[in-house]
Amino acid sequence: MKTKELLLDPVVKNNPIALQVLGICSALAVTSQLKQAVIMGVAVMIVTGVSSAMVAFIRNIIPNSIRIIVQMTIAASAVIVADQVLKAYFFDVSKQMSVYIGLIITNCIVMGRMEGFAMKNKPLASFLDGVGNGFGYAVLLLAVGIVRELFGSGKLFGVSIFSLTTEGGWYLSNGLLLLPPSAFFIIGVLIWVLRTYRPEQVEKE
Amino acid sequence: MVEEYLSLFIKSVFIENMALAFFLGMCTFLALSKKIETAIGLGIAVIIVQTVTVPANNFVYNNLLREGALSWAGYPEVDLSFLGLICYIGVVAAIVQILEMVLDKYVPALYNALGIFLPLITVNCAILGGSLFMVERDYTFAQSVVYGLGSGTGWALAIVALAGIREKLAYSDIPIGLRGLGITFITTGLMAIVFMAFAGIQL
Repeated sequence: MKTKELLLDPVVKNNPIALQVLGICSALAVTSQLKQAVIMGVAVMIVTGVSSAMVAFIRNIIPNSIRIIVQMTIAASAVIVADQVLKAYFFDVSKQMSVYIGLIITNCIVMGRMEGFAMKNKPLASFLDGVGNGFGYAVLLLAVGIVRELFGSGKLFGVSIFSLTTEGGWYLSNGLLLLPPSAFFIIGVLIWVLRTYRPEQVEKE
Repeated sequence: MVEEYLSLFIKSVFIENMALAFFLGMCTFLALSKKIETAIGLGIAVIIVQTVTVPANNFVYNNLLREGALSWAGYPEVDLSFLGLICYIGVVAAIVQILEMVLDKYVPALYNALGIFLPLITVNCAILGGSLFMVERDYTFAQSVVYGLGSGTGWALAIVALAGIREKLAYSDIPIGLRGLGITFITTGLMAIVFMAFAGIQL
């Protein structure tokens, strides 16, 4: 497969969240502010890429019966590094996101790519595949984050875009969008839009 | 004393529901909620695993990892809490494996009923999330037992409820693009809003 396909296929054609239903937990919890969504997206991209590459390096010597534990240990090590880096340089954000950074370990995207792709492919291809899937995840996270922060509090990255009525402006903020359940509605509608354009993605009954 | 544990239990089942308030374990939650029977099987497996792993991780954290925890071994200044994530997931994977063997040997009926769900649980983020919340909130050992049981029960309750709704939804006329995953998301969103009503309760 070509580099471009490896990187871009997971964004629209085979989006990990919208089509494969993987890694939703964090998609819902961290998208009320764009800053958190960006950091989460980047963290997942790096963790998926690095751990896929590492699994691919040792794919021929991992005994089949314990491969899940080996993969998990690799993913956990990558996540610990990401967690420590965030704690060192973005302490406020890492406090706000509490357990969700640690939960990247059990983010099914990471496991899914290691098991489904990295075990059968060369390190470089696996790295690109991991980054591509992480990117597809990040794009959806950003889309949800933009809608939620812009219409929920009239801001993007904490900078006012719509002036709120409470501060003498014209925009009446939609409080529902700041509540966690709204992420479900937004992702549901996104899937609807995506599947209207690509009817082959609708699952068979 | 009893009152404190009872309120922790109620809180972890309803107010801080793992699935509908913290959105943990969503992958399995959405993928395996098509039938009530499978949902019940998975729910029971989660309750069992959660009740065992949260206290086990509490023990590991308090006796090996936290700052000063190794003083019994003569290393009072060692702080290993950065190794937390890798230890918890290791403990979860090991316990799931042991539980599988024990159930296979002594309770084969339950083992057959749980089938494929047991190994799947290792990657369920509700399980790891439970342990991480336990560490963050500094529960004692007894509290962690109650919290494990409560959060597992809450998750099981939520998935059985969603499976019930989805079985009924099979008869409704949904726009084609929204069928399957899309409508499940929206249903779960509505359920989450309902569960937010519990958030105002003070215990």
